[in-house]
Amino acid sequence: MNQQFLTFLKAFIGSFKDLLPIILVIAFFQFVVLQQSMPNIGQIMVGLLLVVLGLTFFIYGLEMSLFPIGESMAQAFARKGSISWLLTFSFCLGFGTTVAEPALIAVAKEAAEIAASGGIIGVSEQAQLQYANGLRYTVAVAVGFAIVLGILRIIRAWPIHYLIIGGYVVVVIMTAFAPNWIIGIAYDSGGVTTSTITVPLVTALGVGLASAIKGRNPMIDGFGLIAFASLTPIIFVMIYGMVLS
Amino acid sequence: MNLFIEILHTLKATIIDVIPILSIILVFQLFVIRRPIPNVKKVGIGFFYVLFGLALFLLGLEKALFPLGKLMAEQLTAVEFVNSNLQLAGGYSWYDYYWVYIFAASIGFSTTIAEPSLIAVALKAEEVSGGAISANSLRITVAIGVAVGISLGSYRIVVGHPIQYYIIVGYVIVVIQTFYCPKLLIPLAFDSGGVTTSTVTVPLVAALGLGLASTIPGRSPLIDGFGLIAFASLFPIIAVMAYAQMTQIKTQKKRKKHKKS
Repeated sequence: MNQQFLTFLKAFIGSFKDLLPIILVIAFFQFVVLQQSMPNIGQIMVGLLLVVLGLTFFIYGLEMSLFPIGESMAQAFARKGSISWLLTFSFCLGFGTTVAEPALIAVAKEAAEIAASGGIIGVSEQAQLQYANGLRYTVAVAVGFAIVLGILRIIRAWPIHYLIIGGYVVVVIMTAFAPNWIIGIAYDSGGVTTSTITVPLVTALGVGLASAIKGRNPMIDGFGLIAFASLTPIIFVMIYGMVLS
Repeated sequence: MNLFIEILHTLKATIIDVIPILSIILVFQLFVIRRPIPNVKKVGIGFFYVLFGLALFLLGLEKALFPLGKLMAEQLTAVEFVNSNLQLAGGYSWYDYYWVYIFAASIGFSTTIAEPSLIAVALKAEEVSGGAISANSLRITVAIGVAVGISLGSYRIVVGHPIQYYIIVGYVIVVIQTFYCPKLLIPLAFDSGGVTTSTVTVPLVAALGLGLASTIPGRSPLIDGFGLIAFASLFPIIAVMAYAQMTQIKTQKKRKKHKKS
């Protein structure tokens, strides 16, 4: 019991250290640059305590659950030897985790509001909702596709840089043809898609798969899934913008 | 008591967010793999820790950091603040916003250090590489990349250049680096671009971008407000590859010295 408590305390201090830079930055700008007092300090202290506790629990649970789940599933699929099931799973994982991603929902909503005020789409609530949902599903399909591509790459041992560079070339060419107002949103959508639960799961899946297949190096072949998931949404959202206009 | 209820509420919301992932895993585990999950009890407890931790984390951010950070982004970009630093009358120059760049860099760095997804990937990389890659130095490298990226992205909003030029130049740099970077680190470098921007960074950075674009005359939030996140996911790739190259050059020099002596 004592041992466990000690481990927890150590993790707690570690999380506090992770958070310290943010605290310092905010304090510096609040007191020195903006020269304002800290509003409701009590609430902020409680909030900070929650953040540190939360980070501690998250990392603690990560090694117990998300990493083992990802790895054991990768091994089970490798043993089963059915590529089509593995790819179906990959698509579902990418699509399912993205479509409900709160950060994406928020960004899509914001993008819809801005697009409406910019006269790109109708001002009515329904038009905005339709646009936001379209954006969300586009990004989710893109992420599903990305994980499928990434898993295929691990199985076939394609070198990652050719695929990524090829993706960049597509992005650059499409930028020339996509309407101006979609470009910023498209570039951003690559970054918001990868949530805190998905990333550990997908990373463990890739590393697990690369360790289960003979001749694959987990370092070279296991990583890279997230990279695809942040590239394909850019391409897909630009297509979405081109279709709309 | 109130706090307790709030925690329960956030926990509920987090659980609802996770239901799609959970059901996909369960369906495939039970119907396709057809095997019980190994150590199901431990995994279950761990999963609860993850959800509980995430709920506390999000609630804490909502209570402490986001309101303050967003308010700061607004205040720093507000006309009055920039004006009070202005000596000469007349239009603004890009360097009048120097506090914005400093804020962008420091908030980018510090939020990246606390980003849970990045911690997860860094831990995994340390484990897989057998300790050759240290989780902390990877995180610091990525954070420096984000800091540079967001600061440059804010500069872009202030001067109003089209985003695609910056991103395309960034891509070209990445492509060139790919040919010189140690092969082992390329996938990790590409991954680190995507993981940097999640729970902590996105809300603060998006607020900064939209704040900048709506206060600076001549900028439209539609075209200029977005794009900071793209910078934050491109520059870590460059930073991690540069770090890998520097380490390689250093070890090569050491080896040469060894040979000479």
